[in-house]
Amino acid sequence: MSIFNAIKRLFGMSDTPQNQTQKIVDTDIPEPKQASKSKLATETSIEKTEKEISTKINDDNKQSTETTEDSEYIDENIDSSTNTTIKSQKDKLEDSSLTTKDTKHYTTHHAIIGAGPCGVVAAETLRKENPTAEITLIGNENEPPYSRMAIPYLLINKIGEEGTHLRQSDHYQKQNINYLQQTVASVDANKNELVMADGSTLVYKKLLIAAGSHPIAPPIEGIDLPNVHSCWTLKDARQIASIAKEGSNVVLMGAGFIGCIILEALVKRGVKLSIIEMGSRMVPRMMDEKAGGLLEKWCIEKGVNVLTSTKITAIKESDGNMRVELDNGDKLVADLVISATGVKPNTAFLENSGIEVNDGITVNNKLQTNIENIYAAGDVAQGKDFSTGKYEVQAIQPTAVDHGRIAALNMSGKHVEHSGSLNMNVLDTLGLISHSFGLWMGVEGGDSVEIYNPDAYKYLNLRFGTDENADVLVGASTLGMTQHIGVLRGLIESKIHLKEWKEHLLVDPTRIMEAYLASTQELDNAV
Amino acid sequence: MQKSLHLDPAKCTGCLQCEMACSYEKLGEFNPSRSLIKVFSFHFEGRFAPYTCTQCDEAWCQRACPVDAITLDMSTGAKIVIEDKCVGCKVCTISCPFGTVNYVQQTGKVAKCDLCGGDPQCAKACPTDAITFIDANATGYDRMKAYAEKSLPSAEASA
Ligand SMILES: Cc1cc2nc3c(=O)[nH]c(=O)nc-3n(C[C@H](O)[C@H](O)[C@H](O)COP(=O)(O)OP(=O)(O)OC[C@H]3O[C@@H](n4cnc5c(N)ncnc54)[C@H](O)[C@@H]3O)c2cc1C
Ligand code: SF4
Repeated sequence: MSIFNAIKRLFGMSDTPQNQTQKIVDTDIPEPKQASKSKLATETSIEKTEKEISTKINDDNKQSTETTEDSEYIDENIDSSTNTTIKSQKDKLEDSSLTTKDTKHYTTHHAIIGAGPCGVVAAETLRKENPTAEITLIGNENEPPYSRMAIPYLLINKIGEEGTHLRQSDHYQKQNINYLQQTVASVDANKNELVMADGSTLVYKKLLIAAGSHPIAPPIEGIDLPNVHSCWTLKDARQIASIAKEGSNVVLMGAGFIGCIILEALVKRGVKLSIIEMGSRMVPRMMDEKAGGLLEKWCIEKGVNVLTSTKITAIKESDGNMRVELDNGDKLVADLVISATGVKPNTAFLENSGIEVNDGITVNNKLQTNIENIYAAGDVAQGKDFSTGKYEVQAIQPTAVDHGRIAALNMSGKHVEHSGSLNMNVLDTLGLISHSFGLWMGVEGGDSVEIYNPDAYKYLNLRFGTDENADVLVGASTLGMTQHIGVLRGLIESKIHLKEWKEHLLVDPTRIMEAYLASTQELDNAV
Repeated sequence: MQKSLHLDPAKCTGCLQCEMACSYEKLGEFNPSRSLIKVFSFHFEGRFAPYTCTQCDEAWCQRACPVDAITLDMSTGAKIVIEDKCVGCKVCTISCPFGTVNYVQQTGKVAKCDLCGGDPQCAKACPTDAITFIDANATGYDRMKAYAEKSLPSAEASA
């Protein structure tokens, strides 16, 4: 948040951008209620929206009211176990936000497809920027908005399901964000209309697609057996929890980032775990041979059966027993097979929409698609990578959140360029912590320095750029380090010229914090 | 006006009183290795620099947390970790570009400076005024902090 905004807030000024650089593109930030709605209604030839207000109060007291008014409201999807009071309902009626209960045709100013972290942050940012706009957040999972990243911690009972939920259950009501549990079946970009799986429609002015990604199932015989699951949704997590008990045999297919993240949770549940990876090492997209090798050794020492350079050829079931067949001829008994072989953006519903899709939805540096009033963000979008400048799907949480915020700011009429998200990961594998940042594999002609101490399970590799950036850190990977790690991000993203500190780091790469401080602060005189 | 920690490397003698005080306040024992403020030394120059969270406006850590475990303490402006909510995923530790949120293996959670609820013990303990707790505006420290934040491209989104 800028100081400018902070000052504005101090003086109770609105957050609507007012200075020249933050030119409002959309001069039509809606006035509340009628104005924008009647506009929408005339602009589009949708059927006259049904006028129904349906508000459900606490399930506990079984009170529910249905009235007919000049607007529509929905709140049945928000966990209704909390303080919905008569007063707050009245407020809502007066706010006359737009949505309906089970009627067919909605309108909204901002529609967001996908209620994961990206969609939620976008909705909140939109609300902050546009205090009165109608915001509809659409999610197709039968849950409140939640964070997939929390699933491993749910699996070890570190948190309950509510611990995975994004925000408190009354948050969306308080923010006046309509949460709609629907599956968007198609987008009609000409009519600015979403068509839901049940035939309902939603007319929008601006649309954000934050539909995330889905696990891809490798084409293997038996992949559709009932006890073969991915570990992507809360629903998956419940199924895994019901089978992965102390002593049960679990085979994890894929030792990529997600596979390794759930590995720890599975071991902590006390299962007998085998992990099968096609590639020559674990987490090949985050670690080089040395770090990947150390991680594998560590896992094996902890009792995990790790098989790299190995393929599953088939999963077979007979007499209620599953057997996993490997290309080396071995067979593994399994009560549960978890498939974690990669994810793919959810773009199938955009076919014929005219929205351009490559690996993910293609966007410009404002996270805008080829259609002016449609934006895309998060796992589903092919956003800019900080290090390469290329547009690619990153599928990580910090990027999803950054995207959501920047897309929402642009949708609000601000000009905010996305300068690229840094690809970064942190992994805790049975207590061995690893990180990767940016161009961790290095760039041709760039210097690098490493510490490799296999006995202590320690690894650190710093990568520098070339030419005029020869003293700029461009990537790093670590194993067995936990202190001041974030400064690696700071050094890479701020492109600080380390000058003589590069030489110091080449001698002792652990001194990243000192390098940062010496390069950004005046150490010998007061400010 | 909210106060902030002002860190002045030029005045630091490297006595580590701040690390002692911090760990004592947080853990009830003198354990500098778990202090939330750290004194970095530059031996060849004979210099020291105390460093901890600047409670930056961007709050990268807070934004990155998947379970809302980092919140703003309205009274002090500090970004604080709610221990009960933190699942220890460490995403905040890679998100903070200043390296001031750290994972603590003993607790399975992260720790960062919370300004001791408005009475930072490190500032009290510092014998040379290298660490002071003062009006943020009075010193230009705020400008320096803002500058550091602005040098990061991911900050400009809130410009
Ligand atoms: C077990 C696990 C652990 C993870 N750990 C980490 C980690 O440690 N670090 C990290 O950076 N990342 C991690 N990730 C990845 C991270 O969760 C994702 O990058 C993040 O969730 C992306 O957010 P998003 O909002 O873009 O998409 P999602 O969270 O996938 O949300 C998109 C939502 O849109 C819904 N949707 C899709 N299509 C439609 C439609 N047509 N109509 C309506 N709704 C629709 C989806 O069902 C989904 O609910 C992990 C993921 C998993 C599964
Ligand atoms: S480690 Fe804790 S505070 Fe940090 S992002 Fe994860 S859950 Fe949030």
